[in-house]
Amino acid sequence: MPLIEVKNVMKHFPVQKGFLDTLFTRQKEFVKAVDGVSFEIEEGEVFGLAGESGSGKTTMGRLIVRLIDPTAGQILFAGQDIATIRGKQLRLLKRRLQFTFQDPYSSLNPRLTIGNAIADALRLQGIGNKSEQKQRTMKILERVGLSPASSFYDRLPHQLSGGQRQRVVFGRAIILEPKFVVTDEPVAMVDVSVRAQILELMKDLQDEYSLTYLFISHDLATARHICDRIGIMYLGKIVEIADKDRIYTDSLHPYTVSLMAAIPVPDPKAKKGEALPKGEIPSPINPPSGCNFHPRCPRTFERCAEEEPALREVKKEHWVACHLYD
Amino acid sequence: MPTLLEIHNLSIEYKTRLGTARAVDNVSITLDENKTLGLAGESGCGKSTLGRSIIRLVPYPGRILEGEILLNLDEDVPYENGVVEKGQINLLQLDGDQMRALRGKKLAYIFQDPMTSLNPMERIGKHFVEIIKAHEPDTPKEDAQVRTKDLLEALDILPERVLDYPHQFSGGMRQRVMIGLGLTLTPQLLIADEPTTSLDVIVEAQILNLISDLKDKFNLTMMLITHNLGVLAETADSIAIMYTGRIMEVAPTEALFESPQHPYTQALLQSVPDVRKPDRKLSWIPGSPPSLTEPIPGCMFRPRCPHAMEICATEPPPLMKSTSGGIVACYLYEGS
Repeated sequence: MPLIEVKNVMKHFPVQKGFLDTLFTRQKEFVKAVDGVSFEIEEGEVFGLAGESGSGKTTMGRLIVRLIDPTAGQILFAGQDIATIRGKQLRLLKRRLQFTFQDPYSSLNPRLTIGNAIADALRLQGIGNKSEQKQRTMKILERVGLSPASSFYDRLPHQLSGGQRQRVVFGRAIILEPKFVVTDEPVAMVDVSVRAQILELMKDLQDEYSLTYLFISHDLATARHICDRIGIMYLGKIVEIADKDRIYTDSLHPYTVSLMAAIPVPDPKAKKGEALPKGEIPSPINPPSGCNFHPRCPRTFERCAEEEPALREVKKEHWVACHLYD
Repeated sequence: MPTLLEIHNLSIEYKTRLGTARAVDNVSITLDENKTLGLAGESGCGKSTLGRSIIRLVPYPGRILEGEILLNLDEDVPYENGVVEKGQINLLQLDGDQMRALRGKKLAYIFQDPMTSLNPMERIGKHFVEIIKAHEPDTPKEDAQVRTKDLLEALDILPERVLDYPHQFSGGMRQRVMIGLGLTLTPQLLIADEPTTSLDVIVEAQILNLISDLKDKFNLTMMLITHNLGVLAETADSIAIMYTGRIMEVAPTEALFESPQHPYTQALLQSVPDVRKPDRKLSWIPGSPPSLTEPIPGCMFRPRCPHAMEICATEPPPLMKSTSGGIVACYLYEGS
């Protein structure tokens, strides 16, 4: 049984309008941030969710750990539907599902020592007394590489570098010993020279706590290094899911192909062959008809504008939503 | 190859409450005409400060201590009280009015964030007309508008959209507008500070293509400031690597990627993921850069360097000729 199953999940945010607009237009508009997404994450896997900004990947991550409520659909965690649970049940669930935010500069309270920031997770869940909480926090600090822990416990976030802050963020995520962690662009704000270190830490923590990760990233080069499988999102939908190598060497969806071609490669001799799609990602308020990508797609044909392609398994373990492969 | 810009022994300091930080430390660098120089380094290495110093807009409390920034001006540039004469001029000796005459006209700067660099209260077209009128006050408004439309067309933006406001443009389009504004008066030097950092990969690739097309079309000399070595691999002719305010290595792009000389450059390249080589193990540089307010003697990379020697702790290594055809500041190459 997969650890996480997402079934046809949607999240539509209502569009804020001015007073007069609300008076004179009857229809409410929605940003379709996540619009019918289904996928599964196996236990122990690192599943990558990649795409451009506005594709809905962060919203998807937030939905799974129930930071926001889905508009429709099912989210199964170890077989149990968690899409609508509330109250105490939800709080207990959050021990097992954690989320790390992208920006380690704003996701830590500047006036809270990092020891307290991490221990807060225990306090809020009512685990242990004060001295036990401190003891566990010290252990976690050492574990995420902030050692000696006693010298870090009372420091404030501004005294740490970006990489160290990201370690605090991971410490806070694992202190409750979760099963599943969503990491939203964990290395985007960290300098290149320490990125690999953070990725290594993620791998170590995964081994030690048998974690399953959802790795959200726009950086496909990094995703290929850490993920087992990768799903590509475009305008609130998943267009392709495959093994991390196959999605690069054997990209099927035209969007994936152009995304891969656009990645900057640290090699001046590499030449770009593929033509880039024109324009930018359209508005998720009025997405195009049929296939979302058809106005930019180099291989579009009539059917693409009329009918929305379903995500289908066209090769073994390789899913794609495109009429070219019907 | 004629040089367009020469920087000699430039030092810039920021006086802060925590002490004085030397953001640019004795930097010398030259830019050849019609070439793109990439300026790379991690956050806080002084690359943006160096770029901003060329247009003399180092943000407060930064102060240019010493050095020369020599620009080879290709024509006389008139200003309110006279003319900046053509030939080699030291930008650091010009007064405010003279600098203002050069900015936009001869030196253009593209700021990092296209979302906040345009005036939200003004139509796109007006941004262009303002620049033209500021430097060429005799231009009739109609001519300025025609030039604006031509420029927008060259940037793949429909000319009708001159009447739109910035919020009606997407991030990529705003960055095109910023590039267009930079090119309006066909400057001699275009400095682009992280022009694609806030953009998505596909749009980033579009913008980089556009920049290299325009470079040929306008005969541009460019300084491209970025932390992304992948971007420089595609666009730069040569690359300068900065660390803690100092130039560590300058080399032609291919040589830099093929045989990086400085241990910092080597380590940096080892930590950049290459999507085509998933099996290559990524490495990192242990530790973090020393604080700029408490600089250490000798080479600033020494505490993190795998090849550190005794001599490294004495004096900062000078830039020496390297075998890759560039220059490198490292004692490993002394006498070789």
